[in-house]
Amino acid sequence: MADRSIAARTQVGRRPGRYVLRAVVTAYLFFLVAWPLYLVGRNAFADGFTNLNDILGDPDVTHALRLTVVIAVTAVVINTVFGVGISILLVRYDFPGKRALNALLDMPLSVSPIVVGLALILVYGGRDGWFGPTLEAAGLQIIFAVPGMVLATVFVALPLVIREVVPILQEVGDEQEQAARSLGANALQTFRRITLPSIKWGVIYGVVLSLARSLGEFGAVKVVSGNVLGETRTATLVVEEKYLNFDKGGAYATAFLLALVAVACIIVVSVLRPKEDR
Amino acid sequence: MSIEIVNVGKRFGDFVALDEVSVSIPSGRLTALLGPSGGGKSTLLRIVAGLERADTGKVEIEGVDATGLPPQKRNVGFVFQQYAAFKHLSVRRNVAFGLEIRKRPKDEIRRRVDELLALVHLEQFADRLPAQLSGGQRQRMALARALAVEPTVLLLDEPFGALDAKVRKELRDWLRRLHDEVHVTTVFVTHDQEEALEVADEIVVINDGRVEQIGSPDELYDRPANEFVMRFLGPVTQLGDQLVRPHDLQLSTEGGDQAGLPGRVTRVTRIGFEIRVEVTADDGQTVTVTLTRNEFLALGIQADSAVRIRLAPNSPTTTATSPAQRAAAPSLAATH
Amino acid sequence: MTSTTLVPDRPAGNRRSAPGGLPLTRVSGLGLGVAMVWFSLLVLIPLAAVAVTASQGGWSGFWRTVTNEQTAATIRLTVGTALLVTLVNIVMGTLIAWVLVRDRFFGKRALEILIDVPFALPTIVAGLVLLSLYGPGSPLGVNIANTRIAVFLAFLFVTLPFIVRTVQPVLAELDPEVEEAAASLGSSRYTTFRRIVLPSLTPAIAAGAALSFARAVGEYGSLVLLSGNLPMRTEVASVRILSSIENDNPDSAAAVAVVLLAISLAVIVVLDAIQRRVMRRG
Repeated sequence: MADRSIAARTQVGRRPGRYVLRAVVTAYLFFLVAWPLYLVGRNAFADGFTNLNDILGDPDVTHALRLTVVIAVTAVVINTVFGVGISILLVRYDFPGKRALNALLDMPLSVSPIVVGLALILVYGGRDGWFGPTLEAAGLQIIFAVPGMVLATVFVALPLVIREVVPILQEVGDEQEQAARSLGANALQTFRRITLPSIKWGVIYGVVLSLARSLGEFGAVKVVSGNVLGETRTATLVVEEKYLNFDKGGAYATAFLLALVAVACIIVVSVLRPKEDR
Repeated sequence: MSIEIVNVGKRFGDFVALDEVSVSIPSGRLTALLGPSGGGKSTLLRIVAGLERADTGKVEIEGVDATGLPPQKRNVGFVFQQYAAFKHLSVRRNVAFGLEIRKRPKDEIRRRVDELLALVHLEQFADRLPAQLSGGQRQRMALARALAVEPTVLLLDEPFGALDAKVRKELRDWLRRLHDEVHVTTVFVTHDQEEALEVADEIVVINDGRVEQIGSPDELYDRPANEFVMRFLGPVTQLGDQLVRPHDLQLSTEGGDQAGLPGRVTRVTRIGFEIRVEVTADDGQTVTVTLTRNEFLALGIQADSAVRIRLAPNSPTTTATSPAQRAAAPSLAATH
Repeated sequence: MTSTTLVPDRPAGNRRSAPGGLPLTRVSGLGLGVAMVWFSLLVLIPLAAVAVTASQGGWSGFWRTVTNEQTAATIRLTVGTALLVTLVNIVMGTLIAWVLVRDRFFGKRALEILIDVPFALPTIVAGLVLLSLYGPGSPLGVNIANTRIAVFLAFLFVTLPFIVRTVQPVLAELDPEVEEAAASLGSSRYTTFRRIVLPSLTPAIAAGAALSFARAVGEYGSLVLLSGNLPMRTEVASVRILSSIENDNPDSAAAVAVVLLAISLAVIVVLDAIQRRVMRRG
């Protein structure tokens, strides 16, 4: 809406420069994203549905897909609860160290996934991690097992919900919450009846983005998984392994599935989002 | 006494918002907290509602010590300047909110909400969302929502501040009539002296975190306790070392009554029905006098006429302290 | 705003650390405590462990590891390519944001979605995607697999959304009247852009550039299939860390990781400073 009026006001004349810019941008995105993306789809279906059928019939692959979904969903649930909670604390409350925490929460966005994996191994590694041996003695294996993969996935997707929810919380302000309190609602009732409905869209975007990010995490999960066939292998690891084992068809088919989910997530968000602005 | 505020103090960092304020607000009346922005009146209201915590002092509501109570336990209705409408709930659900929280039976809620919607004339908007209402309608909804829980006291924070002048005036009349019907103890915050004088039974003037004066509109206007109240409630001009109201001054021409301060008319401005005459007294002081059109015509004066200025009997005056304070207080021009 | 702003990289949260807010209550204090314990276990302690492990060999040990010929080459390649990619992004990202905000044409919505693809696409798939157009059997007849160009291209792909998505909302909120005023004062379109529009976009561009740089420096997944990870030629820092981990040499892995963490931390500090500056300007 905003850009329409600005476009109308600032681009009154039809200048050739405008078409040049448009062409440059379109070509850039075409060669960098659109065409390569299309080729993955084409390669996946080079032999019709054979590749897709093959991987879906492979119990190792289906196990990997299931594991990917389980890990991603767990990570999203954890990050949503944590993200909504910490967003409310950051926006509505004042406490020492708030600024530092605020900055540190963005850290996972700029840390290499390999470093994430290394960091988790150094603390939770079963052999000589800081806490790992103790936890393993208590029967909880983290590294080279599913809990570590969940931790790695939670780490990389940590700020996504927060970054969606915080601006909305600020925009909504706290007057509605105060009004609810003055009408007799306690903290939980206020959260459930007033705060949550008003940040609903932010939470939904955050969840979709986290889901996309979590389903596709590769580096960090690779480091902590040990990549045990049929046990700790996720879909992204399948792509790598199939490609390196010269099963390009299988790699492309799995990649196609992952890309499909990713693009679907983007489309869901882009379709939903303008509604809120209306 | 319905609300007893005793020695309430509140600081925000170094800023003293309230300095040992004590006020008694009478039951069943409509009381205005009047003062300039940043003077502490909203903070005081929010402390009464429990939305803000006092650093020191005590708040009692209908004999109950409310100082430590959270807002949801105080049974106050609070109306915000920006309405604080629950955007995702219909008008009906907004009004019903407090009753739903109190787990009242469904049909009772429906009945009560219908009554209140009728009271605020929003029956036909019951199923709309707040976004589909005008500002004035939203504020009436907020009022109905606050009244729904049958609050002990109704608190309104600059309730008409976000509305345009015409709607503001309508709602002001409407609030007065509503209060005459409902009789709930009501406190509202305003920086508009006209609003306070017109609507309130009782006015508490607050400035710089302190109470300047408490009284009925007449008391405040006729017997201002100090220069601040005098300046804040209406236009003032200085005559000698006295602050007076320009419309309490009378002019006479040479040859007539010889009483009063002699001077010369330096400027005549007409603003609608009112004529503003600027007189420079012989001692150099500039005095503003406002006259009605008829008074002005009867005097037959114009620029440079020699006149005498006299204060009408029984007019309120206060002693002007420093000229510096003059610039800070609302000037003559600003109050028109 | 019609942009989908999928990428969480706008200088958001500039108000989220604004002073003010309520003092903690018992429940919120408990919540903060739980959140901090979780955040420490997940992020702070593990990252501290990296720093501690790296420092175990002392300064000389650390220095020896990161100046090892092969390691230094990976750091040089990573940082150098990331800088180059960031420069390209500053130009192209601003340009793309400009077109998306100021132009209207059929298919713009599709471009909006394309911008976000690199963010949502798994990195390993991103590598495969690029390989299918620029690798062996390319329909374009080029093959850049296992070259430094591949590293450049992979970085370019994964960092595409950052500057676009930081600049876009700022550009959309710019008051067109300011530009009209400049035009009415006789400023040409180019001068208006350079002297009026660009300065207001600079903080957003800087924030996006910082994130884009950090992201590129830490990139791993898209390179696995694309760059061949040839030592001294196409091996990047993350790959080097991984091979140290796999060779059971956590000390040297941690040493290189500390270099990357220092870069991340610097980026966070830069972002915080930018947000503060924007906030002051109002």
